[in-house]
Amino acid sequence: MSNDAKSVSGTYEAGLKGATETVAEFHDDTGALKRLQHWLHQTPSAVPLIVLMVALAVFGLAADNFFKASTLSTILQQIAIVGILGCAQALVVLTAGIDLSVGAIAVFCSVIMGFVGITGITISMPDFISAYLPFLEFSVLFKLPPALAVAFGLLCGLLMGATNGWLIARMGLPPFIVTLGTWQILLAANFIFSANETIRSSDVDATAPILGFWGGDLTFYGTPRAPEGVEQSAMETVAITTNAMAGSGVKVLYAVFLMIALVAIMAYVLRHTAWGRHVYATGDDPVAAELAGVPTKKVLIQVYALAGLFCAIAGWVMIGRFGSVSPTASTGQLGNIQSITAVVIGGISLFGGRGSIVGMFFGALIVGVFEMGLRLVGTDPQWTFFLIGVLIIFAVAVDQWIRKVSG
Amino acid sequence: MEPILKARGLYKRYGRVTALNNCDFELYPGEILAVIGDNGAGKSTLIKAVSGAVQPDEGHIWLDGHEIAFKNPIEARAAGIETVYQTLAMSPALSITDNMFMGRELRKPGIMGTVFRKLDRARMEAFAREKLNDLGLMTIQNINQAVETLSGGQRQGVAVARAAAFGSKVVILDEPTAALGVKESRRVLELIRDVRSRGIPIILISHNMPHVFEVADRIHIHRLGSRLCVVKPQDYSMSDAVAFMTGAKLPEGVTEVA
Repeated sequence: MSNDAKSVSGTYEAGLKGATETVAEFHDDTGALKRLQHWLHQTPSAVPLIVLMVALAVFGLAADNFFKASTLSTILQQIAIVGILGCAQALVVLTAGIDLSVGAIAVFCSVIMGFVGITGITISMPDFISAYLPFLEFSVLFKLPPALAVAFGLLCGLLMGATNGWLIARMGLPPFIVTLGTWQILLAANFIFSANETIRSSDVDATAPILGFWGGDLTFYGTPRAPEGVEQSAMETVAITTNAMAGSGVKVLYAVFLMIALVAIMAYVLRHTAWGRHVYATGDDPVAAELAGVPTKKVLIQVYALAGLFCAIAGWVMIGRFGSVSPTASTGQLGNIQSITAVVIGGISLFGGRGSIVGMFFGALIVGVFEMGLRLVGTDPQWTFFLIGVLIIFAVAVDQWIRKVSG
Repeated sequence: MEPILKARGLYKRYGRVTALNNCDFELYPGEILAVIGDNGAGKSTLIKAVSGAVQPDEGHIWLDGHEIAFKNPIEARAAGIETVYQTLAMSPALSITDNMFMGRELRKPGIMGTVFRKLDRARMEAFAREKLNDLGLMTIQNINQAVETLSGGQRQGVAVARAAAFGSKVVILDEPTAALGVKESRRVLELIRDVRSRGIPIILISHNMPHVFEVADRIHIHRLGSRLCVVKPQDYSMSDAVAFMTGAKLPEGVTEVA
């Protein structure tokens, strides 16, 4: 290089003489707290797991009948729907978004499945148009075989979610506002569509048992119902049966297996596929992700669409869990708060890009364990909400601390 | 010698502002070309036009003798032009490996890759470790640590390693030393030379004259939306270069265009 350059670099970096030459060394911080922070940074589901273990231990000591298989299976049964909605919410929150419409999509899809599959729905020209333009008048009954009605309902959920995603990614609207809007729109559409009518459980069982499929169960060490002409007392306890006497053995709903399967699949997808990594990158820093070659808009639309599909699955499960198809199911309102609670307690950062779906599962379990445990201990049920509120704030505080790992 | 990257008559207008005004550009194989210019001279726009981040209104660009017109940075990347942005374009919460392979992940061979889309972590980690080693960026014990746990220089190192690993034709570095301390800047300058020694030409955008004069083979001086001149660092002093780019002085044989 030239003399000019040499002389200059010689002077302005003279202070570097004797400085260490090694730069990119990665040395471990020795402080125990710092190491804990690093460990939690890499294992985001550890915090909810620890909380869950502590809660189990405390309630196990406080309530005698807590550690019974039937108690634990009841907890799982009660979080099945929240767990599936939580999968949807977790995906969205990982992209630094929020989905307030999960409950509404679930209820609306369950109503669509019910009405299209059981009673059929009449589609006609609205009166205010046909009154003026009578030649446009028509009326058709839209009814599908139950299995197709389920598929149709799942498709509707996918499209509702995709609409959310399109508004957020392409129109650039904030997720909070978009889903606040679609929450109201879908819930209202749900009441209009169903004319506020409920389909009774007996109708579901008689005409479309597939709609209630997830309400079925496997019973471990239960006594099967006696077939015609056999005394019930003659039946013996078996390891697994699908047709057990009420109250015998340990009942695990199909919905619980479904929830666990969905959590496992999503954990795999998020961790071991390129798409999953793109979801994290999109939530972490969308500008950086875009420059690094991630089609962030496409990823966002896919995430919301998939969340919509999960909500529709939750809607299908609701029919089995509640027996009937009801447009006024509380999930429409509570589903949002419950799923967001599970996600936050599960250690998924509301700022996106951090956390795991397994953490969400632990978060949902924590809520279930608290509800059941406090009921068994016999306290005022309001303590459940009190403690869950404390946990939410604790979880977010821990998240903030973990995010400062580089500091 | 034929330039590996050549541009002729580029125009780019943003409303009434002309960012590129009949701009020419050449990059030759194996060289480090520094691009310097005053704030707002249009050097970022020039670089973005080459790396696909903006599309020029007029003009032509050739890579290896073939005319190109990138619609986005991903196309430029596919053609072998890698850019290290000032912001580094890394996801802080993800690991070094994840970041190096973002947008071009390797999948497992066989059914696990084609049907289950499973990532081949072992292969990606080995590759990332090898590339960091190549640039002397070791001793990383944990290739899976999150990028946000690295220092500024280490992050820059990972970004340069990523560009060098995948940039088969051209590597563009936008202000690579702007956010770094003296010691870390030094390391990055060595990295730049290492990349050149592998035969990959580099475009270096920098405000730091000592750094530019130290590593550049040629200096493209940008002024008022076009190329004012190209100088060799041994022919001029830093004060001359600054005088040229601010318009205080004109290089020989050049008349002020605007």
